[in-house]
Amino acid sequence: MQLDQLYQEIILDHYKHPHGRGLRDAEGGANTAEAHHVNPTCGDEVTMRVATDGSVLTDISYDGMGCSISQASASVLHELLSGRRAGEAFEVHEAFVELMSGRGQVTPDEDVLGDGVAFAGVARYPARVKCALLPWMAFKDAAARAGVGVSPEVKA
Amino acid sequence: MTTIAIPPGMPQYDDVPRYDVARVRADFPILDREVNGHRLVYLDSANTSHKPRQVLDVLAEHYAQHNANVSRSVHTLGTEATEAYEGARAKIAAFINAPSPDEVVFTKNSTEAINIVAYAFSNASLRPDADPRFRLGPGDEVVISEMEHHSNIVPWQLLCERTGATLRWFPVTDQGRLDESGLDDLVTERTKIVSLVHMSNILGTVNATARITARVREVGALLLLDCSQSVPHLPMDVVDYDADFIVFTGHKMCGPTGIGVLWGRSELLAAMPPVFGGGSMIETVAMSGSTFAAPPARFEAGTPPIAEAVALGAAVDYLTGIGMRAIQWHEKELTAYALDALATVPDLRIFGPAVPVGRGGTISFALGDVHPHDVGQVLDSLGVQVRVGHHCARPVCTRFGVPATTRASFYLYTTTEEIDALVAGLEQVRKVFS
Repeated sequence: MQLDQLYQEIILDHYKHPHGRGLRDAEGGANTAEAHHVNPTCGDEVTMRVATDGSVLTDISYDGMGCSISQASASVLHELLSGRRAGEAFEVHEAFVELMSGRGQVTPDEDVLGDGVAFAGVARYPARVKCALLPWMAFKDAAARAGVGVSPEVKA
Repeated sequence: MTTIAIPPGMPQYDDVPRYDVARVRADFPILDREVNGHRLVYLDSANTSHKPRQVLDVLAEHYAQHNANVSRSVHTLGTEATEAYEGARAKIAAFINAPSPDEVVFTKNSTEAINIVAYAFSNASLRPDADPRFRLGPGDEVVISEMEHHSNIVPWQLLCERTGATLRWFPVTDQGRLDESGLDDLVTERTKIVSLVHMSNILGTVNATARITARVREVGALLLLDCSQSVPHLPMDVVDYDADFIVFTGHKMCGPTGIGVLWGRSELLAAMPPVFGGGSMIETVAMSGSTFAAPPARFEAGTPPIAEAVALGAAVDYLTGIGMRAIQWHEKELTAYALDALATVPDLRIFGPAVPVGRGGTISFALGDVHPHDVGQVLDSLGVQVRVGHHCARPVCTRFGVPATTRASFYLYTTTEEIDALVAGLEQVRKVFS
């Protein structure tokens, strides 16, 4: 397998220059909640915080430490889902989970996943799929705690 | 230069036992394969070792020719299987200089072996007539260290929760050595057992046990040594070490998975209540109650991993044939070479002893701020297999302030060329993540 399938430029860019990193307090009136997830096999950690007015995810902020895949994935998530309506966000979430569970057989839709398509190569590395999903699973928990709906379970 | 290699031609060259690494490598079929288009460079033997043809052949032949259950059949196959199984026990006893094969209990792995001792304490603590050395309660203490594998932490945490005893531990120094400065305050009359790693699976440190053993004897406690990383790599003599228990696992010493060893002094094993109940471990069973077999059978309930035990016996024969002193010396030279080679890599930080003394061939490191997962992934693309993560020794990572490390570990078949491949691979990692 080619290493550059895994470490696409987009992933390395998000890793080296993360977007929206750092936990932020919500603007007045928004409901916030957060979730802290750990990958017990490698010790990667991420905290995702969701701020919502009940229908729009007004901000998704995060902090964490871990490998390039998990940290770039959090940056991409922030980029994709911040400011979106909850329903749309969960569609994107579902598409990302489907991509990562597809063992490299799923062709991602760039219109839905944006920079997330760069993770298509990660799906070929079973040991790294959990790294990519870590922020997305934490986001799902945080969103549920903030009172917005959740997407289907992962079947990885 | 930290190297301790003795150049050929020097008078001391022949003073240490040596073997032909190329010939040893030829015994390991897997070493011929390719990974991701590159020749396999396997630097993960602390995780699991490879198996020589001599062991694989015995495993296959046992099933092909001698397969039967042990200790319960009068027929020929049953007798052959029992003789092979008990023969393996005797080989392993000799390998660690145990006074009797009956002191060797076959387990699934080191983890199970430690749990057997911990649960024997637990069970004894519930029985007023049990040997007081195994009875634990509030006020009693169990001592471990900060450099243990999780398998030598969690069973004792659980035991202390069940009994109300207190868990204490030796700290680790900045150099990755066991900090024995508080020995007399840590191991006291309250201590019932000290369970200590002999060689750290993450730092590579080989602990000097003599002072601790002396203190353990002084206070009347018991001593368990977790030898999972040492028995495969250096000569072990349980009499010389004066331990009460040692544990180790077959798959790290050229044997199969699914077979491990609990060695205990016979008098102690005899004083321990059973842990698993079932077939083979009993003397007599009535509906009103049962009595139990003598060790080692008392601790081997159910059909054991027979072929695996027999193959572990073959692994011990193989290692003995090469010589454990020779293997130890080979790894010492490799470790010196690797420490020198890794010192040339910019931004590389080693966790554990930086000199090839009092340490084995397992080296953990960080490369700048590149995450170990990424280091391991790039190395894998070059065929170099290392372990990344917390190595089931998270307290060590916490101690050194890192979430994870990259670890290269060596064995009798490792070559200096493979260490060169690691160093070249690390350059590639630096390029990708610069």
